Amino acid sequence: MIGLEDVSKKYPGQAAPALNGVSFAVEQGDICGIVGLSGAGKSTLIRCITGLERVDRGAIYVGDVDITKLRGAELRQAQRRLGVVFQHFNLLSHRTALGNVMFPLEIARTPAREARRRAEELLDVVGLADKRDTYPAKLSGGQQQRVGIARALATNPDVLLCDEPTSALDPITTQSILELIRQVNADFGVTVLIVTHQLSITQQVCGSLVVIDEGQIVEKGPAQEVLRTPSSRILKAMVTTLSWS
Amino acid sequence: MLFRLLRTALLETVWMVAVSGGISIVLGTLVGAALVFFSDPGLGRDWPINRIFRIDQVLSAIVNVGRSLPFLVLMVAIIPLTRLLVGTSIGTQAAIVPLSIGAIPFAARVVESSMRGVDRGVVEAALVMGASPMEVLFKVMFPEALPSLVLGFTLTLVSLVSFSAMAGAVGGGGLGDLAIRYGYQRFRTDVMIATVVVLIVLVQSIQWVGQAISVAVDRKR
Repeated sequence: MIGLEDVSKKYPGQAAPALNGVSFAVEQGDICGIVGLSGAGKSTLIRCITGLERVDRGAIYVGDVDITKLRGAELRQAQRRLGVVFQHFNLLSHRTALGNVMFPLEIARTPAREARRRAEELLDVVGLADKRDTYPAKLSGGQQQRVGIARALATNPDVLLCDEPTSALDPITTQSILELIRQVNADFGVTVLIVTHQLSITQQVCGSLVVIDEGQIVEKGPAQEVLRTPSSRILKAMVTTLSWS
Repeated sequence: MLFRLLRTALLETVWMVAVSGGISIVLGTLVGAALVFFSDPGLGRDWPINRIFRIDQVLSAIVNVGRSLPFLVLMVAIIPLTRLLVGTSIGTQAAIVPLSIGAIPFAARVVESSMRGVDRGVVEAALVMGASPMEVLFKVMFPEALPSLVLGFTLTLVSLVSFSAMAGAVGGGGLGDLAIRYGYQRFRTDVMIATVVVLIVLVQSIQWVGQAISVAVDRKR
């Protein structure tokens, strides 16, 4: 469903590449965790997959389209196959919860009536039917992230890309958001990619795991297996923190 | 007599500020938005024309030139242009030309900084949803920046009141003219004090209304 082939990216003025020959594939319907420490290349990876940053080399397939080959309107079209959930929610403050979920539908030129119906439906799914007309500033972090998830699902994407979806939330809210991600994965069959530095959440929801360090993939495979027998220095170090949380 | 003088002068000032304010806010918004648009990698920085010469950098240089001229110098320097546009270089009508031109760069910077204040994450969120640069500008940046834009426009209008007083001193009419001709040259302390009071009330009113609108826009969120 989503696949990277030999993706490399170096920022001008930096000695080491941010991504160096990254390849992995995520099966349709899987929840894949991408873990690494700060500066490992996670953010760059997300920016490349979402099309915010152009790769120097390699291919990124969303479905069967290589998005690195696309530009302008074609790229924007392809981006709708991908829903993105952000660490800091990134909701529009001048729109209500409903308005925020309708935004990607407006961008996709969905007729207003249909967009509204779809947005209401999604707010139901994330459990915020009663907050339709509330502005983001009046919502809690967990509620804002629920709106963010509803918004990401609005255009019915094939892939849900979650960028540190729970890093700004307290432990209890984190659990409810993870539960919601698992639920939409099961109900909609959407493939999920969770990029995070919190190993504990991958242990809970991920089917597969990709470990990234210094711009390279150091480990990948079924999540439980990788977590049980970590081979890379970085994952070994991260796993020791798991028992604490 | 004093009341009549004051009323005429106040109306002239309000007229000058309103017209030049309208013009400079509209054109300043255009320039300010262009400054942001053509310097942003997610929006228009990589547009083909921008590769030949950086529109934002050229505009920015022009804005800096406009900002570096003291208003008094600008007013005198563009007298030929003023004559061309309104047929005369003295009077309230004539003052509107340098006032507008002087305030456009100011308004442009104000708009630019308001728009740069919009959360980067929100802009990128719209971009990854497939929003076009124009959609980002009109559906994200302008509405998100609105409370701050309103305050910026208020600041522009207040600056125009003080510019207009200067324009008045060289034959533009208005409160500045009154203060100089009666208050200063004819030693009419009462006119001077009255003019100052009216100016203070005018500026306070503009600020109060601007702030109220900004808060009203913001409170809805």
